[in-house]
Order: sequence, then C-alpha cells, then structure tokens
Amino acid sequence: MELTLSLAIGILFGSGVWLLLRPRSYQVIIGLCLMSYGVNLFIFSMGRLRTGAAPILSKYGETDPATLTDPVPQALVLTAIVISFATTALFLVVMMASRGLTGTDHVDGKERE
Amino acid sequence: MFEQNLLLALVLMPLAGSLIATTLPVNARNAEAWLAGAVMVAGLAVLAVLWPQVQDGGVLRHTVRWVPSLGLNLTFRLDGYAWLFLCMVYGIGGLVVLYARYYMSPKDPVPRFYAFLLAFAGSMAGVLISGNLIMLVVFWELTSFFSFLLIGYWHHVPQARDGARMALVVTAFGGLCLLAAMLVIGHAVGSYDLDKVLQSGAALRSHRLYPVALVLLLIGAFTKSAQFPFHFWLPNAMAAPTPVSAYLHSATMVKMGVFLLIRFSPVLGGTPLWFWLVAGTGLATMVLGAVVALFRHDLKGLLAYSTISHLGLITALAGIGSPVAIVAAIFHVVNHAVFKASLFMAAGIIDHETGTRDMRRLSGLMRLMPFTSALAIIAAAAMAGVPLLNGFISKETFFAEAVEWHNGTWLDDSMPYIATFASVFSVAYSLRFIHTVFFGPAPTDLPKTPHEPAAWMRRPVELLVLLCLLLGVVPSATVGPILNAAAVGVLGAATPDYSLSAWHGFNTPLIMSLIAMGVGVVLYALLARRLPEGPEGPPLIHHIRGARIFDRVLLLTSWKWPRVVNRLFATEGLQMQLRILVVLAFLAAAWSLWGAARLVPRLSVASFDPVFGLLWLVGSACALFAAWTAKYHRFAAQVALGGAGLATCVTYAWLSAPDLATTQLLVEIVTTVLLLLGLRWLPRRREDIASDNLLSARIRRARDLVIATFCGVGLAALSYAVMTVAPGPSIATWFLQNAYSEGGGTNVVNVILVDFRAFDTFGEITVLAIVALTVFALLRRFRPAAESVDIPEQQRVQNAADDAAEDRETGQTVRDYLYVPSTIMQWMFAPIVTLAVYLFVRGHDLPGGGFSAGVTLAIAFLVQYLATNVRQVEERLTVLPVRWIGFGLLIALACGAGSFLFGYPFLTAHAQYVDLPLIGKVPAATAMIFDTGVFATVMGATILMLIAIAHQSLRSARARERDREEARETAGTEGRRV
Repeated sequence: MELTLSLAIGILFGSGVWLLLRPRSYQVIIGLCLMSYGVNLFIFSMGRLRTGAAPILSKYGETDPATLTDPVPQALVLTAIVISFATTALFLVVMMASRGLTGTDHVDGKERE
Repeated sequence: MFEQNLLLALVLMPLAGSLIATTLPVNARNAEAWLAGAVMVAGLAVLAVLWPQVQDGGVLRHTVRWVPSLGLNLTFRLDGYAWLFLCMVYGIGGLVVLYARYYMSPKDPVPRFYAFLLAFAGSMAGVLISGNLIMLVVFWELTSFFSFLLIGYWHHVPQARDGARMALVVTAFGGLCLLAAMLVIGHAVGSYDLDKVLQSGAALRSHRLYPVALVLLLIGAFTKSAQFPFHFWLPNAMAAPTPVSAYLHSATMVKMGVFLLIRFSPVLGGTPLWFWLVAGTGLATMVLGAVVALFRHDLKGLLAYSTISHLGLITALAGIGSPVAIVAAIFHVVNHAVFKASLFMAAGIIDHETGTRDMRRLSGLMRLMPFTSALAIIAAAAMAGVPLLNGFISKETFFAEAVEWHNGTWLDDSMPYIATFASVFSVAYSLRFIHTVFFGPAPTDLPKTPHEPAAWMRRPVELLVLLCLLLGVVPSATVGPILNAAAVGVLGAATPDYSLSAWHGFNTPLIMSLIAMGVGVVLYALLARRLPEGPEGPPLIHHIRGARIFDRVLLLTSWKWPRVVNRLFATEGLQMQLRILVVLAFLAAAWSLWGAARLVPRLSVASFDPVFGLLWLVGSACALFAAWTAKYHRFAAQVALGGAGLATCVTYAWLSAPDLATTQLLVEIVTTVLLLLGLRWLPRRREDIASDNLLSARIRRARDLVIATFCGVGLAALSYAVMTVAPGPSIATWFLQNAYSEGGGTNVVNVILVDFRAFDTFGEITVLAIVALTVFALLRRFRPAAESVDIPEQQRVQNAADDAAEDRETGQTVRDYLYVPSTIMQWMFAPIVTLAVYLFVRGHDLPGGGFSAGVTLAIAFLVQYLATNVRQVEERLTVLPVRWIGFGLLIALACGAGSFLFGYPFLTAHAQYVDLPLIGKVPAATAMIFDTGVFATVMGATILMLIAIAHQSLRSARARERDREEARETAGTEGRRV
C-alpha cells in the first residue's frame, strides 16, 4: 500500500514538475494541478495510511484515539484542495489576460526566437 | 507608581500630541503652536516632578509587560544623565515651537510640521529613557525617520529632498549598524537590559566579539553625530526649515551619537581601540569642521560645520574617557546646545528678515537690527570660547585634559596642538560670522529691507543668550547640581571632584586659549579680504566633497551594480526562473535530508493491495498521459487530469478520509468546468511547428525530464520513508479526545476546521475571497486575442449546416445541443441544493461541512448555466456572488467577535445539542455559525470566478453583435449616399 501510494505521489509530482517547466501556459496549469494532487497526497500520507479508521467519533461512549487515523493532515489538505482550485482559477485568468495582451500563450510572453 | 506613569508620559505625550496635531486645520498656526508648546511645557513639568528621584544618582525604572511569555518587556529608565538630555529636548523644544510660530510662513501647512516635530520629540525621549537596547535602537531609527520628514518638509525644493534622503540613508544605515552592535552586546552579556549591560563592562571588554560590537556601535554613533567621514549629511540637512536645524541638527538629535558614546564609555571605553577610534575620529572631525566652517559662505553652512567641529570635540572628550573628560563632555553638550540653538535661530531671523543667508551679501546689520545682532554676537563669542561665556569653561576643561591626561601615544602627545589648531579656526569663523554680517557698510542688494523681527520671535534667542551668560559666569550655581546628577548617572562612584568656575588661574589651558584667540584674529585679518572670492570650502580640498562621493556610491550600489548583477544573473524568461526555482528547491530538500539515517526505508510489500495497485496503475497512466498530451491535445490532457483526480479521490475514501474524498470530488467538478471555460481562449496549436523538433528544444526537454524525474523520485522516496516509520506522538490524540467533549462534534476534521483551528480557516476563506475578487477584477478589462474573438469553429460549422439546410434556421443545432441531458440538468437544481444543505447540516458530525456544501451549491448554479445559456439562467436566477462572499466573511467575523461579548478570545466556540421536535437532537454549536460563513464565502468565491470567466464569451458575443450592427449602419448610410 505504502509503496503503491509513494510511487503514485512520485509520478504525479514528477509529471507536474515536467509540465511546470514547459513553455505553454496551459501545460503549466495542468502541471500545477497534477503537482497539487501529489503534494496533497503527500501531506495526507504524513498521517500514515489506515483503512476503515475515519476520524469520526462515536456519540455514545469514549472512542479510543488509537483506533482512528490522524485528522490533522486531513484538515490541512481539505482547505488546500479548495485553495488550489482558487489559485488555478487565478492562474487561468492571468493566462487568458496575458494571451490577450501578448498574443501568445508562451509563459514568457513572447515566442522563443 | 505615579512617577512610573509620568515616565511613560514623557514618551507618550509628544506622540499623542503629534496625532492630535495632524487633525487640526491646515492654517491653524496658533492652535498648533499652543498644542506643541503645551506638550513641551508639560514635559518640563514632568521632569521637574521627577527631579528629586534622580538628583542623587537615583534611577527610576518602569517595566510595561508586553509579551511576557517571550520575555519581551518595554523597560523605561531615567537617571540624571537622561534627565539632563530630556531637559534639552523639552526646553529647547519649547523655545523652537515659539520661534517656529513666527518663522513659518502662513503658506506652509503647519499641521505636518508640528506633528513631525512632536513625533520627533517623542522618539527622542524614547531613546533617552529606553532601558532596553533593542527598544533604544527602535526609537533611534524613529528619530532618523522624523528627521528625514522634517528635512524634506519643503518637499517641492529639490535640495530638501536630496538632503533628506542623504540624511536618512546615512543615519538609518548607522542605525542598522547600531542594531547589530546591540545584538552582539546582548549576546555577549546575555541580556538586553541596559542596567545589566552597564554593569558588565569588564566582561564585555574581554569578550572576543568586543571589537565587532565596538566598531558597529561607533558607526551608529558617528553617523548620527555627523563625525568624519559621515559628517557630510549634516550640511545638506540645512535645507530643513531653520527651527528644525536649530532643534534637531544642533541641539538634540545630533547629540544622540555622543549621548551613546558617553553612556557606553564606562562600559566599552578605556581600551586602546576605543581611544584610537573615538578620540582619533573626534579630533579629525573637530579640525575638519572648524577649517571648513571658515570657508563657507552660507550662514547655516558655517553653523553646520561648526556643529560638526563641536561634536568632534565632545567625541574626542569621550575618547579620552577619563572621568573629568566625561564631565566636560556632558557640560559641553549643554553649552553647545544653548549657544548653537540661539545662533541658528538668529541665522533664521536674519534669513527671514533679509531674504538671504549668503555672507557675501550680508553686511552691517548691526545698524538695522541692533537687538538681534547683539544677541547673535554674544552667542557667536560663546561659540568661539570667549571667557565669561558658556563655551569657555568646557573648552578649557578639554584643553586641560588634552594637556594633563596621558596614555603615551603620539596622538595623545599631539593633542594639545591639535586642540589649539582647531580652536584657532573656531575663533576665526566666529569672527567672520560676527564681522561680515553685523559690521561694515550697510547692505545694498538684499531681497528684503531688514528690520527687527516680531518681539516673540526674538524671545527664545534672548532666553538662550541669557543662559549663555549665566552658565559662563556662575556655572556652579546654575547647572552645577544638574551636571553632577548627570555625571553620577554615567560614572556612578567614579564621579570625580571637579570645579566649575570661570577662573582657574593663569594656567596652560588659559595660555592655549589666548594663543588660539590671538592667532585666530590674525588668521581672520589675513583672510578676510580673500574669503568672499574663494570657493564654498577650503582651498584645494573643497573639490573633495563627502556628499558627491556619497552620491557616486549611491549611484553605484543602487543602480549600476544591480544592473550588472541583473544582466549577469537574471533572466526575463519565466520558464528559466521556474527551472532555477525547482532545481533550488530540490537541492534544498536534498541537502537538508542528506544523511538523515532514520529515514532509510525498509522495503515491504506485505501490505500490497492489488486493487489499490490497479487504481494507481490507471491514475499514474493518466498523469503521464496528461503530461504527454498537454501541449497539442488539451482536451485529452484534461480528461486524463480528471482521471488522476478521481484516483486521488478514491484514495482518500479508501484511506479513511471521507471528508477529503467528498471535497476532492466536488472540487474536481468545478476545476473541470473552469479549465473547459479557459480552453475557449487559447490559440490553436498544430503538431508540425518546426522549432519544436530542433536539437535545442530536444535538449531542453531532456534536461527538464531529468529534473522532473529527480523531483518525482525524491518525493516518492521521501514519502515512502516517512510512511514506513511509525509515527511519533502528535497533537492528533488531543484533537481526537476533545473534539466531542469540547467542540461538540464527532467529525474531528470539521471540528478542527471550524473550532480548534478556526482562525486558520478564517484566514483561508479570506484568501479565497481575495483570489475570487482578483479574478473578477482582472476580467473586467479582459481583451481576448484577435483570433479568439470570433465564434468558436464548432459553432460556425453547425451554423453553416443550419444555413445550408432548407428547413432549419441559424443557431438551431447549437440551441438543441444535448437537449435531453440539459433538460435533466435543469431538473437537478433542487436535488443538488438539497444535497448542499444536507452536507452542511451534517458537517459537524459526519463528513461534509461548509467547504463541501459551498462547492456543492456552486455546482447547483453552475449546472444551470451549463444546461441552458447564460442569458436564460440570469433571467430566472439572481446570484450575487460578491454579496455571498461579503456576508460570509462578515458572518465568520461576527461569530468570532461574538465571543468577546462573553469575555473569551476571538473565535472561541460554544457547543451544545438542542432537541428539535420531529427532527430530534441536533448539534447547535456556535461553530456552526462560523461554518455558515465558510459556506457562504466558498460558494460565493467559486461561483464568482466561474461566472466571471463564463461571461467573457457573452461579452465577445455582444461585441460581435455591436460590430455587425455598426457595419450594417455604415453600409446603409453609404448605400443611401450612393
């Protein structure tokens, strides 16, 4: 399980970085999305992987904390997901405006000579 | 306690006065002067009340607890030495305020002037009574700052701006050095408390960082007190209004450097390094200032260089450092402040009444303004060190120390000669000031006809000159006790016996004074004719201007060198910058993790789950496919991106994170819509672009592939290493134990978000709101590229098919596109809204909450937009996303602030369960109100961004219609014309 997920994180992140370094703004956007998947999973995995241990308490009687997974990385990632949507939107709009102004979708604002 | 509060008042009164001064009307000259004067008098009154506390060497302390948990306190400390300086700040401050009332023209905006002046006085008082080294530096920099604002008061004058900037750069630079010095001293002593530092002199002097601390502290003191080679800012600061020059640049602020030197001389002084640096600099400055002063034609320029010279004298005394020298230094600080402030005011009166400060044009004013002239002559004589005036005694003590004190160096041996030499020039420039301005023939070509100024403008000068006389004739009766208290404040038990009297008998210092006066008179007599024709500065060396060197250095460091560095190391290309950033980030991570032995992973495949493996086989393939196709097949890349997102979503669900899975799924939907909206505005791309297959492009891609592989492998290894190590103790346990009992919710993730860490969430929704508004604002001026303005190709093809068919009207195919799904989507509105409410309400106990509910509601609206067209939706639905955002933030804020009412800190939540009929027990935590705010903000932000982008198509459609109509109209008119 751990091996699978860490490989997945590596592939998501690596693909993201590769796209991040590409010249076209759309590639960069897709790259940032892939990177955010990878990073979110990475942060989430810091709470270790457990199945069937969602951090939902029982209303009746004490719940042993050891039986539940770590809620802190989850809380971190939850807001990160929403914020990353917002930054994607911001970047998309900057990309649209930049393309309108410069006539190209190259991230440098001009085509390579 | 009463005295302690008075101590605070010394700093707070001027600062409060400054705030009030800014609120008065622009032309309220009298009100401003009364206000400022009242503050100064009140300050003096406070000092009078506090005098008994400090007169016998007592120290008054007051600590204001600020951040006790960090050990940060504001310590104030008043001893006799600070008391004396405060007296000057408030006393001369009061006189300057009175003088400025008559000096400032009705055209000058006075609130700014008095506000800065009072703020300066407050900062100055702050420096003087700081009992903490860091606090002292903060106030020190504040004085630099207000000095900058005051020099630049007439900011329409270029010289004022340049002078202000120069003063700020030099003194603020010194202040930074001082901060570094204080940090080093604090490190060496182990405390930033001034009392502790003053007691650890021996330890400091033997510390290995002593030279560093000393040099840094001296740079701070020398820049402030205009010591060579930092002296050049002071003459340029003369562009300030004269009251400012009199107050800041002669009497108070420039004395702060020597204040610090004298204060620290028992701690840091007494070493050869101290002697050479401080006495050497002091003597050099004294000579340089005196010589240059003689050759200046500008009255204020002469006075400025004279100030530099006298500050050099005080510095030299501090450099000698013997107890008698320290007493003399303190005494000379007072004397200089008194005569120089009066001289500046007199120079200001002359400038005010004649319209010029140029000594080549001024002459014979004795006849026209006899009172002012007499006052200025006495003050100038005090500056020259004439007996029975106050400059004399402290100068004599300096001579005596120069002769009697020895440490066997050549500098020490030559000190009497240097002192006499500087004194010769001091006599000569004073004589020049007196002779050229007040005697000789009546002036001819003055801009104004001079006459005596308003009586109250002269009063401050009269008072100061009276002080010159009193201090000179009966020193021990006037300043004796104060000086003694100040000396005890610095020296403590080492305070020497000294005699303050005008007559010490016919001894060596007196002979030196007489020689200086005789030679000075002869020197002036020889030069008098030639001085007016000469350049502004001494012959030969007037070409070397500190200010010019400063300008050149500034130009080099702030413009030329940065440009070179920029050319060498910077790139305009974002692509290159990103590449460097990624590589640096990778290296930083690799460097910090290198050799972290406990992170060596153990390879284990025991927990391998084939289904999970299959999931990520697909997920990884999607990610790679997206990376592969993002350039030429954007839509395919987006589909693949969605695949990777879904795999992520399933992973969250699989690994006990239902909240994340929900949120990820919902956000996945809106992200897809977002990117689809963006596709419309991108250029067409064909695979046959030649440059993409060039060797250089291939090399670039290969290099990036290597970087990406390293990053991917690195992160994979890191996450594997962490995941296979057993977790240490974390705060998670606390959250799990207390979520229900304290937060009243069983969904721990949600309780963390809206209760325990609600402040973070509040910050995050604020960010979300800011981003949404930015997107909205950016799009208001959006201009699409020319090739994207037209209707998309697909619609054109369909419209052409409509046109070609007999029985179809144009646009019918587009309108009926996906007719069945769009009808279903319209019906989905109510169910999705219900789902949003459901997710929201159960959020505190089960997966859901404000974030996911907000996105869900946004999707409900979005689906309507997708199903029909924008116009149709907006006819039926009114969504005001900006208000949703605004109210959401307000609700969250109000919920947080509500806890103030019950005496709890911001965002303290309260939880309980309420029994509702029919529904049963429902959670009723105040965190739910906060979650409502989150919900509204998230919903508003999401919908605002998406709809703003979607509207761009509408805008260009409108633009197209407008163009078509215009074209039709012009065609019509032209047709008629034909």
